[in-house]
Amino acid sequence: MSTLTITHPAGGRAGVTGRRSLVRDTGIVMTRELRPMIRNPFSLLFGMIQPLVFLGLFGPLLSGSMGGGDGVWQWFVPSILGMTALFGTSTTGANLLFEFQTGAHERMLVTPLARPALLVGRALKEMVPLAGQAVVVVAVMLPFGFELHLRGALVGMALLAVFGVGLGALSYALAVAVRKADWMFWMVQQTFLFPLMILSGMLLPLETGPGWMRALAKGNPLAYVLDAERALFAGDLTSSTVAWGFVAAAATAVVGLTVGIRVMLRSAD
Amino acid sequence: MIRTRSLTKDFTPSRGKTVHAVRGVTLDVEPGELVAVLGPNGAGKTTTMRMLTTLIPPTAGSAEVAGFDVVTASAQVRRHIGYVGQGNGAAHAQRVRDELNSQGAIYGLDRASSRRRTGELLEALDLGDLGGRKVSDLSGGQRRRLDVAIGLVHAPTLLFLDEPSTGLDPQNRANLWDHILRMRAEHDMTIVLTTHYLDEADAMAERVVVVDHGEVIADDDPESLKSTLAGDRVVATTASRDAAPTLARLVSALPGARDVEVDLSTGTAQVAARVKDGPSALPELVTAAVAEGVVVAGAQVHRPTLDDVFLSLTGRSLREEGATARTNTPNDDTKEQVAA
Repeated sequence: MSTLTITHPAGGRAGVTGRRSLVRDTGIVMTRELRPMIRNPFSLLFGMIQPLVFLGLFGPLLSGSMGGGDGVWQWFVPSILGMTALFGTSTTGANLLFEFQTGAHERMLVTPLARPALLVGRALKEMVPLAGQAVVVVAVMLPFGFELHLRGALVGMALLAVFGVGLGALSYALAVAVRKADWMFWMVQQTFLFPLMILSGMLLPLETGPGWMRALAKGNPLAYVLDAERALFAGDLTSSTVAWGFVAAAATAVVGLTVGIRVMLRSAD
Repeated sequence: MIRTRSLTKDFTPSRGKTVHAVRGVTLDVEPGELVAVLGPNGAGKTTTMRMLTTLIPPTAGSAEVAGFDVVTASAQVRRHIGYVGQGNGAAHAQRVRDELNSQGAIYGLDRASSRRRTGELLEALDLGDLGGRKVSDLSGGQRRRLDVAIGLVHAPTLLFLDEPSTGLDPQNRANLWDHILRMRAEHDMTIVLTTHYLDEADAMAERVVVVDHGEVIADDDPESLKSTLAGDRVVATTASRDAAPTLARLVSALPGARDVEVDLSTGTAQVAARVKDGPSALPELVTAAVAEGVVVAGAQVHRPTLDDVFLSLTGRSLREEGATARTNTPNDDTKEQVAA
């Protein structure tokens, strides 16, 4: 056993003198969340393949029902990315739930980390594999006639990130709310996930659906985000569809963070 | 280092029902102290600690920790304290070294110092080879040492330990304590811990704060608590039941004798009492008994434990069920209370 020599953390003993920065704290949380994934190449590999499986199995059915044509992929690739973002961020609360039960989350609450960073960092962590998945999906679809508009695609990914932060924060809030009955998490998450997904026109276009479905979709932020994604992936950066997508994503983020932070402050009770 | 005034916490688990978890705790802890907060489950130990570490806001009263108010300057408090909670601070999905490095980053260490600090702590807490291991693959004792290491990353001046050794076997408990005490000596830390292990509080703490039903009911060093609140206990046995009254009279006459009990249940007569100074009272008793013609067949001195302290304060034992038979049934019909 060796003697411990005290290294004085920046700013001297016991504490940090530097100002805390939300960006820096978010980066710390995100990096910490990413580490287990990076350490496990298999999960990374399967994560990359997953959207391809869905694309390969659902795409042909969709292509058949929509009458074929290259337009299908242009329509469906943004769907797949949106779906991956939706699934990834809406389940962040599940990881958190586990850390709640073990005590790791409590430890984070006692550190000087900025509170919003705990939410934003966790949600943004989902964007890193999503970026990788986007590259894989696009690369695979290019030979099948998918057209890549790089600038639009990049803005589209940023749009998903904004929406994902909001959804991730809501997932976090859900985890806090059900922390004493954790099985509730998946029940509630699934109950919201599927209507949200179907009523956004993610898997099948809503144009052919009944009027009431289209009416409900008007209140679904994800529907606006997806419309904007399709416009962006088609290279259209300036249309009002894109603007409405950002409005819907920003609104989701604001609501999510407000609820999430409020809930977090009471989460140690 | 810590200054609380009438610190209070009420919970309302359901409408119309209020639980008074902490009722007006006033406590001062000076720099460098090692304080154990001792009490049964539900006494308010953890709730108090959660208020001091800014996890939950007090309902009433105030608390200053490391010079900052826990409500109005909670961010400052968090920068200055280390905390090892009841659960596992290290997330199970993470690698040991990664968690320590993350904690370093959180407290503003740059990469190089964080890595150096991680190496030092792994070494110091006997986790040297486990840096690459997943936390879920560690043993209970290793995991607990990692939790402590995480709490020490930023070399805090004040460390809170909430039931640090619960669930560890005796060997791992002793081992963990070796590490904690060494860290304290090297870092000049103030330590506040909660525990329901009596022997642990007795052996490790320089000051024991006994809490029950959300209130501080005693606060002193373990030796003073034991001598003023419990005292030594002498037990003398004689083969003849007829001699019991005489023996009881002699025991009652010992300096500071109180709580005299006569037990005739075993066929012999056993007389027990709290006295001021057990080791000197015993020979005195035996000499007096011989002079009166009572043959003392056996005699013992029991030094008091913190459980005796708790018992004398509350009339209840701190020990788990089963070990409480003697102390919890003072009016058992085989025993007669004799006025001291």
